[in-house]
Amino acid sequence: MTPAAGRAPAVALRGITKRFPGVLANDAISLALHGGEVHALLGENGAGKSTLIGILAGMLQPDEGHIEIAGARVRINSPHHSLRLRIGTVFQHVLLVNSLTVIENLMLGGAWWRRHDRRAALGRFGEISQLLGVDIDPHVPAGRLSLGQQQQVEIIRALWHGGNVLVLDEPTSMLTPQGVEELGGVMRRLAEEGVAIVFVTHKLREAYAFGDRISVLRRGRLVGGIAPERLRAMGEEEATNEIIRLMFEDSDGADAKTLVREGHGRRARAEFDRSGPAAIGLENVVTAAAPGECALGGVSFSVRPGEVFGIAGVDGNGQKHLAELLAGQRPALSGTIEVGGQPAGPGGVAARRRLGVRYISDERLGEATVAGHSVATNLVLKEIGAPPYWRDGMTQWRRIFSHARHVIEEHDIRTPSEHTLLGRLSGGNIQKLLLAREISTDASVVIFNKPTHGLDLHNTRLARQRIVKSAESGIATIVISTELDELLELCHRIGVMFAGELRGIVDNQAGAEARIGRLMTGAKAA
Amino acid sequence: MIFSTLRVVVPIVLALVAGGLILLALGKDPLAYYDFVVQRGLLSWSGLQQTIIRSAPLLLIAAGLIVAFRAGIWNLGVDGQFLLAAVASAALAPLLIAALPSWLTIVICCAVSVLVAMSWSLVPAFLKTQYGLNEIITTLMMTFLGISFANVLIKLPFNDPDNTVPQTMTLPVADRLGRLFDTTIHGGIIIALVAVLITHFVMTRTAFGLRLQIVGANPRAAKHAGLNVGRLTYATFALSAGLAGLGGAVEILGVWGTMRADWNPAYGLLVVPLVFLARFNGIAVIALTLFFAILMIGGESASRRLGVPNFYVLVLVALLLIFLALVEYLDHLSRRRKKA
Repeated sequence: MTPAAGRAPAVALRGITKRFPGVLANDAISLALHGGEVHALLGENGAGKSTLIGILAGMLQPDEGHIEIAGARVRINSPHHSLRLRIGTVFQHVLLVNSLTVIENLMLGGAWWRRHDRRAALGRFGEISQLLGVDIDPHVPAGRLSLGQQQQVEIIRALWHGGNVLVLDEPTSMLTPQGVEELGGVMRRLAEEGVAIVFVTHKLREAYAFGDRISVLRRGRLVGGIAPERLRAMGEEEATNEIIRLMFEDSDGADAKTLVREGHGRRARAEFDRSGPAAIGLENVVTAAAPGECALGGVSFSVRPGEVFGIAGVDGNGQKHLAELLAGQRPALSGTIEVGGQPAGPGGVAARRRLGVRYISDERLGEATVAGHSVATNLVLKEIGAPPYWRDGMTQWRRIFSHARHVIEEHDIRTPSEHTLLGRLSGGNIQKLLLAREISTDASVVIFNKPTHGLDLHNTRLARQRIVKSAESGIATIVISTELDELLELCHRIGVMFAGELRGIVDNQAGAEARIGRLMTGAKAA
Repeated sequence: MIFSTLRVVVPIVLALVAGGLILLALGKDPLAYYDFVVQRGLLSWSGLQQTIIRSAPLLLIAAGLIVAFRAGIWNLGVDGQFLLAAVASAALAPLLIAALPSWLTIVICCAVSVLVAMSWSLVPAFLKTQYGLNEIITTLMMTFLGISFANVLIKLPFNDPDNTVPQTMTLPVADRLGRLFDTTIHGGIIIALVAVLITHFVMTRTAFGLRLQIVGANPRAAKHAGLNVGRLTYATFALSAGLAGLGGAVEILGVWGTMRADWNPAYGLLVVPLVFLARFNGIAVIALTLFFAILMIGGESASRRLGVPNFYVLVLVALLLIFLALVEYLDHLSRRRKKA
């Protein structure tokens, strides 16, 4: 750790204010980014983190306030300008061209009238790789790298023109636990080289583990922070409490208290007699692979009523195929599926729903709903043609609308009316609608695919409560998630997917996290 | 309600004004032109009858387009489907009439025309469901093929040897679609109105219509909800083409009684903007089609009187499309500003 005291900050934000129509995204934020320091920026969704990053990356202009670099006032006009000022940004989603090699991706930013100098580029690549302590073959197509490696390539690109400031936006969301550790090492090495690092996250634990300094944003305002000297003196629990206090201080008391508990790794296990016969069982199921998809290669497991079974794994290891297979959206090439002790035929979604299987897709707008239709229509989307909302094929609109009003009231879905187009709803409210639509009294198996993805803490908590509640009513519950913390909190057992196979099933006890992390990288169960 | 009416009326008025300015630039009197259009297309008895007769095929094509567009399928091949269906009726009717009563001839001809049009749409439907090929391209290509194929059929197998012009044999006037009362208007307009109303009802009030709309709005959601997207896509193509084909049959059996080679009124692409302007609403389509037919019929005689080219009506259609898009765009902008 290089203390930065006494030196001018590498970059200073002075009173940055950014308004969007109806929203004050950043409200007079002043931050100093010091070379040699990992500056963890914490905040919920909508706290203004992305806006701040956008301003640093030259994509947005502040309405008020200014930016100083090495004491001089500058205006960052464009992303290109930002790079020239040696501010590199790595966004949450990987932005590489999959079919081009690593080195080609890195040379993309060059001027069009100049010859591409591959040798010079390779030299630069070697320098930065050594600095980061990573080992990547520059001649393989970027698409073949793991997500962690792709992210490393993005970091190399961000440092291509010399790193002064490196901004990492939620960099850990796609990584395995080991990948997160590696990233921590990279950040540390860069900080030792004098780079100022901005580490944006919403995970308290990572902020504590990797940050030298912590700043907390809430509703567009900088509500406080912990300076390096104080942070070093604090234990993890003390720091976590302090951060939660800053993040949620004046939100309602009950919420804050629950969140404090969650910050310490709360366990919320559904209580139900789980000795009944399996509600759903898979035996050696294989699916057909299409280009770019990861198919299933012989998956077997079973889930009992009242049990919460987690599926862990890095995204893109066959989770989507598994979910679609269970829901009846995708046929199995071979293997058997039993629901309630009976073989489930190939009858598709409708037949599977009659057996009590419900699937809550992770793509809320892309797949689970129709944005251009009303909330009411979306609530009956999977029952088109069936009574009581249809009689002899005729739509009973009045019934559909009154059903919708009832559900909206009961599940506290915030919408102007049942006629409102679904696309106007927030993610949290769409998720409430989906939960209401899928979890009914006649459900016996419910599959949740990334149930809290993209939700804020409040809605995340509601969704998790709903999962526990459904399991406690005797539903066999399958939770697919890339957030290991979420699975550790909710599940009784956790299966780990890797390359379309279930590499192992781990009982959720002490030490489960490490074993799951190993399985996620493809190691066989010991 | 007022707002959505305005969104239709404003582009029409703007198109008429801009069209008037073009006439002015050509040295013609726009008011005289529009006056002729209204006089000949609406206010004179024979003109009004012509207008209503012209509306029949337009309405049937519009019904087909409503089904397709609501289901998110861009069937731009209605002209090909229309023409081949017309060939089928024109070729079949004179043969059947020798043996069958005229009502049965007409029913059989309509049915065969519908089937011919449906099977012509099978190719794009297959390519779309099987290989995901964009139907805008395939249906347009099928129209080019269809126009040529119709010509070939008329000039070779179905050619009437007693006629110097290549055309099919002629169905006697007495055996064509029945006239309404004492007018020259044939029964096709009734068929067309019923077809549009049923289409509107099915699309907005039945499970089948909602399924088609879901497939159109988000095919992945349709699959997620357990709908058979492939089968519904075939159904959409078949219904859309079938209705356009019925239009072709009605035009032959009601108006011409025969089909000449190179006859291609190309109604399909003229109706597309109308269906958009009506926002796929059947009732609004009826009103707009009537308006459009007045413009076509009145425009034909007004052009002759004032020496304006006949295709000036097409200029009006083009202007209508441009202003429609413009009003839509401005509306979108103001909505976004209001929402933000």
